[in-house]
Amino acid sequence: MTVPSEVAVRTTPHTPEHGASSPRDRPRRADARRGRTSFWPYLLVAPTVLLVGAVLGYPVVRNVVMSFQEFGLRELVQGAPAFVGLANYRELFADRVFWEVVVRTLAFTAVNVVLIMVLSTLVALLLARLGRVLRVAVMTGLVVVWAMPVIAATTVWQWLFQSRFGVVNWVLVQLGLEQFQDYSWLANGSATFALIVVLVVWQSVPFAALTLYAGLTTVPAELFEAARIDGAAGWALFRRITFPVLRSLFGLITSLEVIWVFKCFVQIWAISEGGPNDATTTLPVYAYQVAQTLNRYDLAGAVSVITVVVLTVLLLVYFRQSLRQETDR
Amino acid sequence: MTPRPWTRTALGVAAVITLLMSVFPVYWMVTTALKPTPDIQSETPQLWPSTLTLDHFATAFAADGFWTFWRNSLLVTVGSVLIALVVAALAAFAVARLRWAGRRAFVLVVFAAQMAPWEALLIPMYVVMRDAGALDHLATLLVVYVVITLPFTVLTLRGFLEAIPVELEEAARVDGCSHLTAFRRIVFPLLAPGLLSTSLFGFITAWNEFAFANTLLISHQDQRTLPVWLSSFGNTFGTDWGATMAASTLFMLPVLLVFAVLQNRVTGGLTAGAVKG
Repeated sequence: MTVPSEVAVRTTPHTPEHGASSPRDRPRRADARRGRTSFWPYLLVAPTVLLVGAVLGYPVVRNVVMSFQEFGLRELVQGAPAFVGLANYRELFADRVFWEVVVRTLAFTAVNVVLIMVLSTLVALLLARLGRVLRVAVMTGLVVVWAMPVIAATTVWQWLFQSRFGVVNWVLVQLGLEQFQDYSWLANGSATFALIVVLVVWQSVPFAALTLYAGLTTVPAELFEAARIDGAAGWALFRRITFPVLRSLFGLITSLEVIWVFKCFVQIWAISEGGPNDATTTLPVYAYQVAQTLNRYDLAGAVSVITVVVLTVLLLVYFRQSLRQETDR
Repeated sequence: MTPRPWTRTALGVAAVITLLMSVFPVYWMVTTALKPTPDIQSETPQLWPSTLTLDHFATAFAADGFWTFWRNSLLVTVGSVLIALVVAALAAFAVARLRWAGRRAFVLVVFAAQMAPWEALLIPMYVVMRDAGALDHLATLLVVYVVITLPFTVLTLRGFLEAIPVELEEAARVDGCSHLTAFRRIVFPLLAPGLLSTSLFGFITAWNEFAFANTLLISHQDQRTLPVWLSSFGNTFGTDWGATMAASTLFMLPVLLVFAVLQNRVTGGLTAGAVKG
């Protein structure tokens, strides 16, 4: 998704350790205040609790409820939806289109995450071996990419891949691929899919590469020296030293990327709205389409619940990685 | 170990390719915005612009509703950041400084809320806001952005607060300040850098947000924000790619500025978060 959420997810789990002195002695010390301050804390957190409850908690609950109801345009306007149990889920699971979407979502996630991880590992390794000037230049470039708003990027992508004057088609023709003369990327399912993958990978590599590079700089140089003396080089060096040492960091970034790509919505919606012929419809896009075009809010609710469940499972994997990273150190 | 000459060349080439692949789209956006239309619509693209013009920026500025969308985006962004900051500062203070039953549970809930899969909540949010008669109001969007950024803000501010020695506050309390006065006079000024970087992250989130803006503000065009407007540029500029790229450049500018301010913090926080030890 957006840049800041990436930052948010990365930094926050560790901010509690921010404090110079151990934060643990604080509550004990504050213990003395108990009694005098009894109602203050609740007053202070009340706005947060109310806002999160109303704008996040309630829609989540409402979504679950809606997925067990018959909820179409009529119910949206008149209310009084009927309870239908698992009918929506049964309808989804019996639908061939739904399973196509699931498979496509998994494929989309797999392709993106593999490309992101391979490319950002290469970029991180490159950064570690570059001289100062080039390294700062490449890092600055990565930060600029990272800073680009998603919607600005989708707009630029449409221009880059524009059929008549787009620079991508021009380059491909120059390379001798004549079939790309005036090629219309958004008319072909796999081409649109590829175009969105390139966009998502382009947007995701900076964060992953910079984080991996930061990890690389902490690997003791002696480890590499020792391995080099033993005759290890290139791939062997990476496989035997770099990867094992940074295993938990790789795990952490991979699970984060899986989560982000899986729930990717804006890039797909802004570029193709899931088309052409559903070629780029992943689960979040599917939920949106089902509600928007078919007014099947109940089915959309069921799809959302399934998405949330999958994401929660992925998050638990991420937390396990997070914990492992903590205990490794 | 000094790399052999060919290794250095290979590394240099790889670096240049990486740099090109990453910044080319940004470069292309900016140069397209600055090229005269005949140079944009040319069979052989000009990789290096020969003539520069600001015409496309003028077109973008003159576009229908341009200033309204800027105003809307600024209102929603700045408003949500300020509200989130105040609300979060109160909660962060309670978590970092006071002890109360339910504190751990509260932190857990905030932590979970930070991981909320907002993309999966577009439709229920639409239904809920429709029931509440809150569709097509900028204020609705503002509240949603407050809640999206709130958990992160609470957790980060709590981290900053815990780094401020509690003794300073206690001294003020001994001198007769109330909790709130102590917070306002002593903690708040020390917290300023933390507040700044936190709010800048919030700024980026709200400024870039598209999905909710596109779902919750539908029938009133004049309530739209920049991302929604930009995504439907086809309706505004047709095939005027110069103007579209000019608008995109303008849209990116504030974020780029924020990143320039934050860069050290971003990469620093990143390193601190990713690799402890």
